[in-house]
Amino acid sequence: MAGKKSSIKKKPYGKVALFGAVSIALYAVLLMQQGLVNDYFVRGGLYAFLPIAAAFLFSYVHGHFTGYFWTMLGIEAKKKKEVK
Amino acid sequence: MHEVVSFVNLDILNIIYLFFVGFVGGLVSGFIGSGGAFVLTPAMMSMGVPGLVAVASNMCHKFPKALIGALKRAKYGQVDVKLGVVMGISAEAGVMYGAHIQESIKRAFGDAGSNLYVSVAFVVILGIVGSFVLLDAFKSKKTENLQQEEKITKIARWVQSINIPGTMVYFKSLNAKVSVLFTIPLGFATGMLAATIAVGGFIGVPSLIYVLGAPSLMASATELVIAFVMGCGGSFKYALHGLVDIRLSMLILAGSLFGIHLGAIGTTYVKPFMIKLVMGVIMVIVLFSRGLMVPVYLSQLGVIQTLSEPTVKVLKNTSFAIMAFALLSGAFIVLKAMWQGIRAEHKVTAREALEHSKE
Repeated sequence: MAGKKSSIKKKPYGKVALFGAVSIALYAVLLMQQGLVNDYFVRGGLYAFLPIAAAFLFSYVHGHFTGYFWTMLGIEAKKKKEVK
Repeated sequence: MHEVVSFVNLDILNIIYLFFVGFVGGLVSGFIGSGGAFVLTPAMMSMGVPGLVAVASNMCHKFPKALIGALKRAKYGQVDVKLGVVMGISAEAGVMYGAHIQESIKRAFGDAGSNLYVSVAFVVILGIVGSFVLLDAFKSKKTENLQQEEKITKIARWVQSINIPGTMVYFKSLNAKVSVLFTIPLGFATGMLAATIAVGGFIGVPSLIYVLGAPSLMASATELVIAFVMGCGGSFKYALHGLVDIRLSMLILAGSLFGIHLGAIGTTYVKPFMIKLVMGVIMVIVLFSRGLMVPVYLSQLGVIQTLSEPTVKVLKNTSFAIMAFALLSGAFIVLKAMWQGIRAEHKVTAREALEHSKE
């Protein structure tokens, strides 16, 4: 029983909740402040850094969330051993 | 240089639509290194988004997606960062040149001329490269069942044998030194195609496999690095003109990041020929989709007899439906292969546990 327990990996519930909450918050701000966001993000020139920075920020937070989400559901890369 | 653009109103249906198309596109990208973009741009335009904003917003979702995909697949040891960056920089130059050609064609022949050029590029390139990739996928399927190693092509063997002093770089995916005089034009062509049909990977991945000799899994993973480098620069260029609608980019990204993890995980469960199969299937189906539009643009240019309004509508809708079908077919093959792989692994694990408990 002890052996079986140690082979079960802990599910990343905490990380899913944390990154999920931040991700939802980011999307909420983006959609609720559409006017303000569009006003600044399309000014061009130096403001061009805004969409690029936003893309990196969203990809970091949402990328972690989605990664942990699939791990939580047990969908992970194949273990090294060969399937026959 | 700031251009004034009008942005569409987003309702809940549009949001779900973007999320879903993003998810399917991400799934395919995670698996074959690119794809999805050819559906996303027309999908956004069908919502009323102006063409340039659709292209710009698509690109701004592509590079962060490619980054996450590349990081994920690097964990599986499938990414050759050096090759990706070298090809990515030359691809950036290709994007600039491709965009310049597009602009010149648009100036000379108008929208219909530009659309015709894009469709013909789709048909010719996907026709040649797509059918080659698909045929090779079927051939590889037969041989890979007997042996695990992928055979490298004669061209790749020749490319790897050429020594041009001062230009040789070692690439781990090729396990050989190759002259950058070969990688630069390949990267450039990838970028040019990306600027023309939005999916550089349809040249990038096959050239990495067949011309340079990279294994399929590493080629499709390295393409993500190329897409990141190319997309980051391209997005910045569009953002300078205020053309990126960040809401669209981030909503597509929301779905595509779910997809890209899944697609990347999928690559660990399949034999390498599956990469070629998915890519070949998508390329060949998309080819028919764009082929249907050629008569529409020819009639707009007055080369052939003018088509009636309902005919144009039917052709346009059928073309879009075939394109969506191409992406969904790719996604279906990926999910099916992954599902079978996971089940096979579970069976092995269960059998081992049973044998272990008997001992």
